[in-house]
Amino acid sequence: MELIIDITLLTFLGLTALAINRIDKLFCIIMLSGIYSLLCASLFVSMDAVDVAFTEAAVGTGIATVLLLSTIGATDTQQRSAPQRPLFALLVVCATGAILVYGTMDMPAFGDPDAPIHHHVAPRYLEMSQQEVGSDNIVTSILSSYRGFDTLGETVVIFTAGLSVVGLIGFRGMQKFGDRQRAAGITQDDMGKHLVLRIVIKMFIPLILLFALYVQFHGDFGPGGGFQAGVIFASGFIFYTLMFGLDAAMRVVSPRTLSYIAALGVLTYGGVGITTLLMGGNFLDYNVLRPDPLQGQHLGIFLIELGVGTTVFSIMVLIFFAFSSRKGLRQ
Amino acid sequence: MNIGAHYNYWVAIFLMMTGFYVVITHGNLIKKLIGLNLFTTSVFILYISLAKVKGGTAPIIAPGIEVYSNPLPHVLILTAIVVGVATTAVGLALVLLIYDRYGTIEEDEIRLKDDSL
Repeated sequence: MELIIDITLLTFLGLTALAINRIDKLFCIIMLSGIYSLLCASLFVSMDAVDVAFTEAAVGTGIATVLLLSTIGATDTQQRSAPQRPLFALLVVCATGAILVYGTMDMPAFGDPDAPIHHHVAPRYLEMSQQEVGSDNIVTSILSSYRGFDTLGETVVIFTAGLSVVGLIGFRGMQKFGDRQRAAGITQDDMGKHLVLRIVIKMFIPLILLFALYVQFHGDFGPGGGFQAGVIFASGFIFYTLMFGLDAAMRVVSPRTLSYIAALGVLTYGGVGITTLLMGGNFLDYNVLRPDPLQGQHLGIFLIELGVGTTVFSIMVLIFFAFSSRKGLRQ
Repeated sequence: MNIGAHYNYWVAIFLMMTGFYVVITHGNLIKKLIGLNLFTTSVFILYISLAKVKGGTAPIIAPGIEVYSNPLPHVLILTAIVVGVATTAVGLALVLLIYDRYGTIEEDEIRLKDDSL
């Protein structure tokens, strides 16, 4: 049964990818890529990667689609050029694919418990994580404790990407968006006029934010954590912006505040590392934070997940603000 | 040979090659970025396929469950997804700037304008 679901989802993924290649209306392509992400998320659930599925569903179908849509909103909605040298490209792609398929021939079968990947560090994580870290969700304990360095690096990458987007698109233009709109005589976006949408979204936003908080603080015990919570919290704000306009959203939280929050998140993460150093442990060794190592781990994970969550949330909203502030610019 | 044993890897390769094809043949910058996303996602699928253990469940410790899938690739991919969307956002910001400067997001038209300078 599991295998049938797996094969069906994979086949659908292949078909969606082919459709993305064939269609030249960018709007349709973006919708298809949203569907593709959702299929991916389902596939990840069927392969036991619930945390990953969670992230893919929130990021791929939510944030990425919204960003792509705001880009075509500010540029062009139609692909105008025909594929260049398709036969040559097909040849290159088939040759590369054939080599890669040849490479899979001596790979262990799918789901094989004796595969080398399952005999390196993974058994230790599975057996010892509850005694050493104390979190039921092993993905969380690896993410924030065993491999805390990686996660710090990734948080910094997200922070840097956010800074780059803001640097490329311009901070000041973003802040003056409201003035520009008022000068052009636009008071509210079109969507705000739909009564049903407005009421439904008003009811939904608190629930989304509450759910994000649940995901943030329940990450130790179930699927979830800072990354997912940050993205879900951000999607609540994006919902609000889509409905009531960028100007209103920026009055709730200004781009400047967001940039401070983002920096604060990274600082929290790094600060925990420095604190553990000062308390006599290694960098990001949470055991020394409290007299009881398990309590120390708990506190450390709580703090760094909070740092990750706030950084991801504020960077995602900041990127979205930066993209939507382009809309009024060209009119 | 058992098809189910390698089907996941082959589809991952197929998706990766489709993404690759989209990136090299299509001149539209947004479509190129979506192709790049297909490419990245195929790597995610490959990693998660490697992590699966037959008969296992999600790696959240619960009483009475013995076999868990490998949590390590999950961690790597989880962060990779969020980093992926952040870098895509940087790409899209560059596309917006290119559109400002050239008035188009088609590669050949951009090249024509560059040549005529």
